[in-house]
Amino acid sequence: MDRYITLLSFGPEGWGAALLSGALVTISIALATLPFGLALGLAVALAKRSRHAWLRGPGTLYTTIFRGVPELLTLYIIYFGIQMLVQSLWTWLGFAGTIEMSPFLAGVFALGIVLAAFSAEVWLGALNSVQRGQREAAAALGLTSWQAFRLVVFPQLFRVALPGLGNNWMVLLKETSLVSVITLQDTMFIATRANVVTKEPFLFFGVAMLIYLFFSAVSAAGLAKAEARTNRGFAAPGAR
Amino acid sequence: MLWCEYPGAVLGIEVLQNYGCRMASGLGLTLQLVAISFGIGLIAGLGLALLRLNAPRPLAWLVGAYMTVFRGTPLLGQLFLIYYGLGSFRLFWQDVGLWWLFRDPLYCCLLAFTLNTAAYQAEIFRGALIALPRGQREAAMALGLHPVPTYLKVLLPQALITALRPLGNELIVMIKASSLASLVTLFDLMGVTKLAFARSFDLTIYLVAALLYLVLVEIIRRLWDNLERRLTRHLALA
Repeated sequence: MDRYITLLSFGPEGWGAALLSGALVTISIALATLPFGLALGLAVALAKRSRHAWLRGPGTLYTTIFRGVPELLTLYIIYFGIQMLVQSLWTWLGFAGTIEMSPFLAGVFALGIVLAAFSAEVWLGALNSVQRGQREAAAALGLTSWQAFRLVVFPQLFRVALPGLGNNWMVLLKETSLVSVITLQDTMFIATRANVVTKEPFLFFGVAMLIYLFFSAVSAAGLAKAEARTNRGFAAPGAR
Repeated sequence: MLWCEYPGAVLGIEVLQNYGCRMASGLGLTLQLVAISFGIGLIAGLGLALLRLNAPRPLAWLVGAYMTVFRGTPLLGQLFLIYYGLGSFRLFWQDVGLWWLFRDPLYCCLLAFTLNTAAYQAEIFRGALIALPRGQREAAMALGLHPVPTYLKVLLPQALITALRPLGNELIVMIKASSLASLVTLFDLMGVTKLAFARSFDLTIYLVAALLYLVLVEIIRRLWDNLERRLTRHLALA
């Protein structure tokens, strides 16, 4: 038992500080991915219901591809693919040497692309729930279509989309564990390394699981609060 | 030339021709992993949902805790915890005669996938059962139906229709998640692809794998659409 306490402590023998930094990397990747993924997802959703077929087609293709390909594979393709692309561009431009792709950027980019595909479906459902009349009324008041979207449609959109986006966030939080395979030092990576050094896999993977569980529990509580807040202008179901 | 080398030869992709047969066997392993874990998870998930809703308090609470833990942590972590973590207690498993299970990455993978998908499927069934109108259960009770036929004849047929779509989504999630098997030395579709890439440095093989997964997911999606249409034809507006 003493051994376990030493191993998890913040002292020179302990992995406490490393695990904490891993947890910080996990949450930073998730938080960095969120705005990028959600914004791209909204753009894809708007493209999917555009009047122009040349926007609808690529939008549908996008969600079909990135919802159907395993996240791990997307991560590899982006990590190695972009690296090769940048490298060949670098060489083509006549520079010598090699370029290393930042795993953090590759991770955020790959997770963001996948998040966009899934959140696009949520945004789409929410967009459909905002009645036509809202846009028409905004147009009648002389708002431009951008103003109508920003001031009238979007605030209503967010309330409907929040539960679905919350689910997306929970999935994203767990998916961040994949970035450990491209050497990003997140919770899983630290746990794996601690296991290699100390030969205590059950302890370290167990602690890693507890860290993820903690993030999930905090997120679930936060989302419940946020949902209650966005619904405060509406009667509780059954109260009608 | 073997049949599995043809696609690569026809398309003129050298790496696919060289690794075509391994890719085919990898695809087989992927399908096997998904079919077994999803199948067992289906039965276990239904049982867990029924326990969660009907069992006495401590047991129902325990099932709820199981579902929360497995839905709140990444599958990759669960897999490592079982394969490396539980696998490290070698002497104990040898004593209880379960070492064959924790020694083999394939069985560990199946165990992790099954436990994970069972938790998600239990949540799907629980949601579908809760969503049924109260009156259904009360009417069955008023008719003097025993709880078992109440479930078999009244509640489950209706709940399964609600559960069908999320179950299809869960199956698709499992197909994609099965790629994690490659991280515990298994040569599923993803594992073979990684091997082929590591040896050839040809990114095309990753794109081929992506296409294969995509086709697999699309087949399931179409299949599920048909299944749903067929199972709900009595509900369709005439």
